[in-house]
Amino acid sequence: MTMVSFQTTLFRVLKWVFLALLAITVVFPFYYMVVMSFVPIQDLLRNPLTLVPEIQQLTIDTYRQVVAPESEGGFGFARFMRNSAIVATAATVLTMLLSIPASYAMTRMRFAGVKKVGALFIAVYMFPQIIIAVPVFVGFQIIGLGTSLVGLTIAYIALTVPVSVHMLRSYLRGLPESIDEAAMIDGATRWQIMRKITVPLAMPTIISTALYSFMIAWNEFLFALLFLSAKPELWTVSLGLTRLADGQEVSRTILMAGSVLITAPIILLYGLVERWLTEGLTAGAEKG
Amino acid sequence: MTTTVDTRPAGARRPRRTESERRDARAGWSMVGPLVAIVTMVIVIPILWTFVLSFQDARYSDVARNGLANPFTLDNYIDTLTSSGFWESIWVTIIYTVFTTLGSIALGYIAALAMRDRFRGRGIMRAAFLLPYVAPVVATAYVWKTMLNPQYGIINAIGTEYLGWEQGIDFLGREPYALITVIVYEIWRYFPFAFIFFAAALTGLSRDVEEAALVDGATPWQKFLHVITPQMMPVIVLLTLLRMVMTFNKFDDIYLLTGGAAGTEVAAVRVYDQLVGSSDIGAASANSVILAIILAIGLGAYMKLTKRMAA
Repeated sequence: MTMVSFQTTLFRVLKWVFLALLAITVVFPFYYMVVMSFVPIQDLLRNPLTLVPEIQQLTIDTYRQVVAPESEGGFGFARFMRNSAIVATAATVLTMLLSIPASYAMTRMRFAGVKKVGALFIAVYMFPQIIIAVPVFVGFQIIGLGTSLVGLTIAYIALTVPVSVHMLRSYLRGLPESIDEAAMIDGATRWQIMRKITVPLAMPTIISTALYSFMIAWNEFLFALLFLSAKPELWTVSLGLTRLADGQEVSRTILMAGSVLITAPIILLYGLVERWLTEGLTAGAEKG
Repeated sequence: MTTTVDTRPAGARRPRRTESERRDARAGWSMVGPLVAIVTMVIVIPILWTFVLSFQDARYSDVARNGLANPFTLDNYIDTLTSSGFWESIWVTIIYTVFTTLGSIALGYIAALAMRDRFRGRGIMRAAFLLPYVAPVVATAYVWKTMLNPQYGIINAIGTEYLGWEQGIDFLGREPYALITVIVYEIWRYFPFAFIFFAAALTGLSRDVEEAALVDGATPWQKFLHVITPQMMPVIVLLTLLRMVMTFNKFDDIYLLTGGAAGTEVAAVRVYDQLVGSSDIGAASANSVILAIILAIGLGAYMKLTKRMAA
């Protein structure tokens, strides 16, 4: 057997072994999360090796308990999810309203200062959350936005804007400028061109960018922890789940039910835009 | 917010601009102005403010009362640089950053190569591989915690039942397991990010060179080493840069898994403890500034290195 055919066979076998192992490693925690959220805690403690519980074993009490408000002995997850939905939606809408015109201008128009704006966004990438967290937190406390969903929404815009601008710019750069020029000759203004021509053309990218922003805001944890710890009625899902985990008397199965509830919407959204999302994120990678 | 438009007369310096250029400048600033204003407000000013605060011995009440007018001091820097906890956290952060960056990129690369050729179910598998990256960190961290629990976690149950472990291992509460575990978790969570970049880059690769190499009798291993990988270098360099920056400042993953206990206190967790635990804003700011400087030095060295390698 030659070296070439030996290696070809070897790599083919290794490839499938590797892919199978990786698939298990990736998917298993999610499977475990779902299964554990449906079994009573006594069963988990009695037999930790249960991976395929029997049908009559299953319960949805965990979900009932986690969703119910505190006044009814639950953990208030319905409220956490509503708060998160409000903040993430508001942050996403504002991010898109700000970054669509800006990305359009940055890719289409040459004017004094536009290069500096581009450089600003690259620099902003480099500055991480924890460094801006201190002053944003202190500053918002002082102006009275510290413990509010409005303050959190504004902070989330800071997190979602850089990546949104990056995704939109990469796409808009690929759209031919001749369309814009033709429309300008017909007397359209830049704002009109953007609204009537560019936005409809870029809709798939806009939707995937918006959903990516939504995911960032929905999943965010540090700012929620800093801003809202003192006010349980404003907690978002991330914060609500950590408080659930810190509670001594809360069983793991209820924690898993909460985890399923906060993960499900994200996976649903992700399923809808998976293709567009990966294309938007990796735009430019082919060119290196 | 759009006042920037009026304060920047586009034709001021170069009077020979055409009417359309001037109109573009006006429209342009009305388009980017609001975004620049909000980025300035929530990112640029906070960064500058961190710098100022790092030179002040300030707590909340001082900042609320005096704003920026607190007396200046170097105490925060002296205290930070002379504390052993700080240097230990930097060391842990570096280990954590290096291993998770290398690990997630290597795993993502291998996964992308393994899935390069079409097969049935590839689309679904590719989508599934992204789950750890898109799912909320809080949820995945708690699943891992549950799976690794010494009493009822599945991993320890398997270990004691089938692998002959004497007793359950406290993966997140004992050195050195805790640091290894958070590194493994981070690789698990971020390999998809590298994976999609490599997958996209591999799709764009021309197969001509590879076929030529095959005709010349190159083995698959040689092809990987001398044909494919050199072409992937730009992606590897870019990913290393992105992952390094992100991981160096990572907070939530470690905070959620260990809270910084058992030898896993990375720099960001330490800053958080200073800020919330002892509400020492000055120390937290000084710590952040030093972190940013260390990161900048690291990035500078990395870019110099890659430039020299490319030359």
